[in-house]
Amino acid sequence: MKIEILGTGCAKCKKTKEIIEKVLKETGVEAEVVKVEDVEKILNYGVMVTPAVVVDGDLKTVGKTPDEKEVRKWISQ
Amino acid sequence: MVDIFYPLQWIADKLTYEVFGIAPDTHLGASVNFIIYDVMKIFILLAFMIFVVSYIRTYITPEKSRKILGGKKGLHYHLLASMIGVVTPFCSCSSVPIFIGFVESGVPLGVTFSFLITSPLVNEAAIAALWATLGLEATLIYVISGILLGVLAGYLIGLLKMEKYVADFVYKVKVGDQSKKPEELNIMERAAIAYDSVKDIVGKVWIYVIIGVTLGGIFHGYAPEGILAKYAGKGNPFAVPIAVAIGVPLYSNIMAMIPIVESLIGKGLPVGTALAFLMAVNGISLPEIIILKKVLKNELIGAFVLIMTISIIFTGYLFNIIL
Repeated sequence: MKIEILGTGCAKCKKTKEIIEKVLKETGVEAEVVKVEDVEKILNYGVMVTPAVVVDGDLKTVGKTPDEKEVRKWISQ
Repeated sequence: MVDIFYPLQWIADKLTYEVFGIAPDTHLGASVNFIIYDVMKIFILLAFMIFVVSYIRTYITPEKSRKILGGKKGLHYHLLASMIGVVTPFCSCSSVPIFIGFVESGVPLGVTFSFLITSPLVNEAAIAALWATLGLEATLIYVISGILLGVLAGYLIGLLKMEKYVADFVYKVKVGDQSKKPEELNIMERAAIAYDSVKDIVGKVWIYVIIGVTLGGIFHGYAPEGILAKYAGKGNPFAVPIAVAIGVPLYSNIMAMIPIVESLIGKGLPVGTALAFLMAVNGISLPEIIILKKVLKNELIGAFVLIMTISIIFTGYLFNIIL
């Protein structure tokens, strides 16, 4: 599984990464977590407000920090 | 009119004069009373405004906005862009993606600027703090002039035909398909998002509010009456440009500046001069310019700063005349 966090480096983006890594650790799910900071790449996903999260190429959330429950749902699918 | 904030004044009076036992009519009493009253009022209005605006915001995303504004010319689209700017979240980290997204979908440069100008200038936190400190009338004047400033400055930038001064790569970016969006939200989910914003924003700005109110309170209690009326009053034609010249490079949290400005007005600073100062602090800031430099060439940045500075000075004079 590949999880991409789209964000230009704001505080919310860092928090999103922390939450995702915490859930991955708790559930033991193996995933590659990548931060995408390039504006062009972020826009290629159609995202204008960060943070956004993409799981295996699928856009999951835009413009807000997800909570742990949401992250669990994405990685269990 | 009944003052709905009267209970707060009552609490502030009780705390200052009875619980803390500070005598009224003293410098300390005036300062402490100012601080207690302002802190309560600002936080109540802050929570209220952020909740309301964040709730509305769940309906108006930048993705939708750029679709509405794409390829549209005319003054009323500047107005629409400016009003969308009021409710759209705008942390400087989103300004570049939003700018490119707008340009890519064919929103004219001037209309994009109307959005970019009003967005940081008028936001829910500033509205709440202004309402708490300067009252509803001054707040409405600030909001309306912030919107009009975005309309006019954006319109002027549009007239100057400065499209070639946008960084070349901007025109090459392809924004991905936005039709696939996360599922529709229900009322409870929207309320939850709004509640999260309240926690998030209050968590970020509370310290600035406390700092601003404390400094404002000290000035309120200890500075001589009318000191600013004497030096920076309406009789001094240089007061507005000087206030703006101080405000432009000053990158300070607007939440700290507002209570300070409140105490300055209390000592005779004209409201127009004060609002122009706040607009300069909020509307043009060095960090924002540095971020925008990624997508704009120097000529366009220069035009933007110049047009903003002149319009803000003009706004200040105008208010000093009509208020």
